[in-house]
Amino acid sequence: MTAVYEPWDAERGGEIIAEHSHLEGATLVILHALQEAFGYVPEPAIPMVASALNLSRAEIHGVFTFYHDFRHQPAGKHVLKLCRAEACQAAGGDALAARAEAKLGIAIGNTTADERVTFEPIYCLGLCATAPSAMLDGRMVGRLDEARIDALIAEAQR
Amino acid sequence: MTMRIYVSRDAGAVAVGADEIAAALEQAATKRGKTIEIIRTGSRGLYWLEPMIEVATPKGRVAFGPMTEADVASVFDAMAADGPHALRLGIADEIPWLKRQTRLTFARCGVIDPRSVEDYRAHDGYKGLERALTLGSDGILADVTTSGLRGRGGAGFPTGIKWKTVAQASADRKFIVCNADEGDSGTFADRMIMEGDPFVVIEGMTIAGVAVGASKGYIYIRSEYPHAVEAMNAAISAARRAGYLGNGICGSAHSFDLEVRVGAGAYVCGEETSLLESLEGRRGIVRAKPPLPAHKGLFGKPTVINNVLSFAAIPFILAGGAKAYADFGMGRSRGTMPIQLAGNIKFGGLFEVAFGITLGELIDDIGGGTFTGRPVRAVQVGGPLGAYFPRALFDTPFDYESFAGRDGLIGHGGIVVFDDSVDMSKQARFAMEFCAVESCGKCTPCRIGSTRGVETIDKIRSGECVTENIAVIEDLCNTMKFGSLCALGGFTPYPVMSALKHFREDFGPAPTRLQAAE
Repeated sequence: MTAVYEPWDAERGGEIIAEHSHLEGATLVILHALQEAFGYVPEPAIPMVASALNLSRAEIHGVFTFYHDFRHQPAGKHVLKLCRAEACQAAGGDALAARAEAKLGIAIGNTTADERVTFEPIYCLGLCATAPSAMLDGRMVGRLDEARIDALIAEAQR
Repeated sequence: MTMRIYVSRDAGAVAVGADEIAAALEQAATKRGKTIEIIRTGSRGLYWLEPMIEVATPKGRVAFGPMTEADVASVFDAMAADGPHALRLGIADEIPWLKRQTRLTFARCGVIDPRSVEDYRAHDGYKGLERALTLGSDGILADVTTSGLRGRGGAGFPTGIKWKTVAQASADRKFIVCNADEGDSGTFADRMIMEGDPFVVIEGMTIAGVAVGASKGYIYIRSEYPHAVEAMNAAISAARRAGYLGNGICGSAHSFDLEVRVGAGAYVCGEETSLLESLEGRRGIVRAKPPLPAHKGLFGKPTVINNVLSFAAIPFILAGGAKAYADFGMGRSRGTMPIQLAGNIKFGGLFEVAFGITLGELIDDIGGGTFTGRPVRAVQVGGPLGAYFPRALFDTPFDYESFAGRDGLIGHGGIVVFDDSVDMSKQARFAMEFCAVESCGKCTPCRIGSTRGVETIDKIRSGECVTENIAVIEDLCNTMKFGSLCALGGFTPYPVMSALKHFREDFGPAPTRLQAAE
């Protein structure tokens, strides 16, 4: 299922920030909430978070850029994350990654030119006994083989 | 008569089609005019049999698996008639792989409905907390110490001592923090227990709160585990409604509440001080110790921070099982360890057993070797920071000290099996690369050492000054091991050095000529 995101709107962003700013150590919670609403963390939101939490803009920017999860721009329509950690490597994950890169025509960590598919590595989904595994738009898929990865890619390209 | 069918909702089962099987079962029932009740449980941990379903019978729960949608109709009829079927596995509890385990922590996982406090209570849940409330702080600390429980996150620090330190600290607020940032590849026990028996984690944390005088706890779960986040949040709400969280828990004078916080994809946040920074809303930069989190932890307050499995072991111990728990195990490793068999393995899953079982038994006997059918060449024990062991070390007993004695670690109990197609210099390179990507950047050996490590291994792999560059790697690993602030930089040398030591033939031409000349 594709997530539907709202376009950036400062007023809506302010509401989301205000909803969580009473929490202790709220920065990550707010950044997650912003990304859930807009699909990424829009640049204008950073000073707004800083102001709401009475922290410096640099501090929020530092947090935002430290964590792999937070997006600086919207992802493609579908996000395919393939596990590249050891258990999946042991189960043939390297070959599947190469196959997916060839099929999508992009290196892992990029978005296709038509902005349909963002293909990213992920380091462990905890599905290590049904490896190799992947996640398509939040849906977990295990026991990947060539046919199953091809089907996932076809689904993402639709 | 309503047929009661159990289908796992564990992410590992859902990833191989459990939701589709549940839907198909509903359809099969409707088509046949039968009424069924589907209960979504956690996983029993026999992942090669997932999706595995169970049907309640007078003799016990009968299991079928691994299911495909095409099998649903015939399995449904076999269940209704209590007849034979190719996928029929017999009584679930009698499946040998399950029966030979000692499930203390995972006793309920895959059995109960993880959303139901009533089901948890019906399976001995909350007996530990009830007894803990009558014992008080000193009694709880005595039981935890007697059990010999050591931190299951990997460091193996005695839990009783940690709790006692926090109990003795005086402060206006104290915290209980559960480290559910299970980032190690090959480990999934935290995820399984949070999805399959979340109340055991809640109960363990609540007991910790009573023991040390803390009224607030946080569970920091990695963002890669959305199912676990959902399960924990649902269980926390249910526990609150039932009076097990909130003001005056179980009618006592103690108050305790929990909040789930979600990580954001940083491996280093599994390190406890980095996790605390992240919880406080900052970059996950490691803190220098001392001060220990037990003295100055979350928001500068005394904090108990333990792994999910440590908290999950507590309810059994407090329900009068401290001595029984300590009776399992070997040496200074007491109790059971939920071991996770993963990677290229035939029978992968969760195997909880007393410490002392050998690595070889786990891989060959229980794991059944590789699923590719090729010979096992290497196993990595303890996650990305754990050593690679060759078959020659398969007699190593699974315990903290035995692994340390062979330059390895048990870590969080994950074992990843590789067959003979593995290139060990590539794995060593990956270890350095992973450290470089995930380093928080605070200390130089980890931040710079890992990048230089990748470059140097690349030189070795391309045959450039192999002997000299291996000496550089050895020196670099020594610096990282002793000069890094935390286990990320400090333990990355384990996979690298073990690969080099046990699989030297994979690192360019071996210096046999030089040795012969000496």
